[in-house]
Amino acid sequence: MDEIQSLMHGFSVALSPTNIGLMFIGVILGVIIGVLPGLGGANGVAILLPLTFGMAQTPGGATSAIILLSCIYWGALFGGAITSILFNIPGEPWSVATTFDGYPMAQQGRAGQALTAAFTSSFVGAFCAVVMITFLSPVVANFALAFGPPEFFAVYLLTFCAFVGTSKEPPFKTLASMMLGFALAAVGTDTVTGTLRLTFGSTHLLTGFDFLVAVIGLFGIGEILLTLEEGLAFRGAQAKINARVVLDTWRELPRYWLTSLRSTLVGCFMGIVPGGATPASFMSYGVARRFSPDGDKFGTGKVEGVVAPETAAHAAGTSALLPMITLGVPGSPTAAVLLGGLMIWGLQPGPLLFVEQKDFVWGLIASMYLGNIAGLIVVLTCVPLFAAILRVPFSVIAPIIVVICAIGSFTVKNAIFDVWMMVVFGILGYLFKKTQYPLAPLVLAIVLGDNAESAFRQSMLMSQGQLGILFANALVGTMTTLALILLLWPLLAWLYAKARRASA
Amino acid sequence: MTEGHEVRAAFRQKGAELAVAALFFVLGAIVIVDSVRLGFGWQEIHGPRPGYFPFYIGLIMCLASLINMARALLLRGERNKTFVEVGQLKMVLAVLVPTAAFAGLVTWIGIYVAAVLFIGFFMRWLGKYPWWKVAGVSLGTAVVFYLVFEKWFKVPLPKGPLENLLGLG
Repeated sequence: MDEIQSLMHGFSVALSPTNIGLMFIGVILGVIIGVLPGLGGANGVAILLPLTFGMAQTPGGATSAIILLSCIYWGALFGGAITSILFNIPGEPWSVATTFDGYPMAQQGRAGQALTAAFTSSFVGAFCAVVMITFLSPVVANFALAFGPPEFFAVYLLTFCAFVGTSKEPPFKTLASMMLGFALAAVGTDTVTGTLRLTFGSTHLLTGFDFLVAVIGLFGIGEILLTLEEGLAFRGAQAKINARVVLDTWRELPRYWLTSLRSTLVGCFMGIVPGGATPASFMSYGVARRFSPDGDKFGTGKVEGVVAPETAAHAAGTSALLPMITLGVPGSPTAAVLLGGLMIWGLQPGPLLFVEQKDFVWGLIASMYLGNIAGLIVVLTCVPLFAAILRVPFSVIAPIIVVICAIGSFTVKNAIFDVWMMVVFGILGYLFKKTQYPLAPLVLAIVLGDNAESAFRQSMLMSQGQLGILFANALVGTMTTLALILLLWPLLAWLYAKARRASA
Repeated sequence: MTEGHEVRAAFRQKGAELAVAALFFVLGAIVIVDSVRLGFGWQEIHGPRPGYFPFYIGLIMCLASLINMARALLLRGERNKTFVEVGQLKMVLAVLVPTAAFAGLVTWIGIYVAAVLFIGFFMRWLGKYPWWKVAGVSLGTAVVFYLVFEKWFKVPLPKGPLENLLGLG
């Protein structure tokens, strides 16, 4: 088993004292980020990414940097559950489904039990997904080594069409928002010919829009504006977790093994397909309610109703990293930010990573195992501390978050212009959220825009402008066809519904 | 928000939808105009010209926003819900305007002084905290940020006249 050997090597990389220290720092920062309104996984990682530029230059530093950032991601995934259960405020979109049964449990004084169930099932979901990544990613990477530009373009096409086909937002809004991302990515110097595009004589735009600034504005400032509409006060349940509650809950959890298994499968699948954690958590909650013997009691505070969405959300959040490291196509906005980080550090994500950067890849995979264990320990022991952060009044915490976002935007390129852009993106983020334009495809398009464009142009050069190259062989043809089906899916679904209504 | 006039709608869903779709249309049009300037056709040897890819991006953006506009126009009656209430809009502007002012001030007085003013203003005006708490939190935050970014991560942040005066610039 090559994978086991590589993984063991990965553990030896990840288990250095520095890296373990970074893991705990990352997880703690991540939970804080996940708990605070306006700071989520995606823009938390975006804010901290510039700080790792220096770190990544040292030998082995890129591995430490990715460990730090991915642990922030795990922490944010865990943190979302805390706010959902104690405050009925989902810190992250994928923890919305956790509020359905988690908050009623907290109101009945069973917050400790709900939190333990949430954290443990998060851990189980993530763990299964990491096992899948360990064994599946070398296979996928190996397969993808033979990819040329047309195949890569087909993968990108598939990713973006999947957004249109699977998102719950209106398809034309998804499309518009995605195209805005591509347009923003095109601003600046054209990577192929060196021509300036869409800069309109502005020197600030020479290097283009940075996706980090867009993420910080859209998710950070936009989220704060949205939160403010709800007013300044948070009211939450008290949480006490002690060893007894944890052990009692753990004794109860094996009963829901079937729910866990189903949710893990849903999560792993949805994570690989872009769209990710949020639909996975809802879907798995729905499935659990359908199949559970006390399905009709869901929503009144059932442990199973917490287990299902949390397992799926974490499994999806973790498996979103599989396409990122093997194909260079992230499955979630946070994975997109991590991918952008790799590119900034000078690592080209994609199948070659497994050949050229073995230490990095396996160090990262090993850190996923360890980071989740670290996460479980941190959240189980520090819940009261994190809940206390949420009790800091919003009129104190909000301006501090804005300042942190501004510093994050500035440090990307040491440009004050980016701080202004952050405010503009913040307003856009607020408007788009309120009018149901999805932000994830926008962010993914900014990150992948240049790569998708150059893959497309190289393919066109190969074929001398014939689009037929996207159907030239079985592999690329299948992917393109699948992409087109997904793109047209909303139309097909609409026609089907219409036909049924007509016949009824 | 108990007062009646505060929950009155400042904007309705239809207006907001139309405005956002129009924004997308304008942005798409800008992209198309610049792509046409760059050339969006096929060029011998070099293949697609620089404007080729953005041209179609802009085109799809404009078409999608036209459809979104049409859908917004079809919103009727009870579906045309309140987009934002007056009270909520006031809250949002109460944060947005100082944030924009803060971003503008950074150029002149550096990020630290701007942050102190911004956090102080926010706590005093929205939070109604006593002055000593306002001063403590805002100055404390600036000092912590200074230590973390300048000393620990060695990332220089924008500074203004005050830092120069103190010999920290």
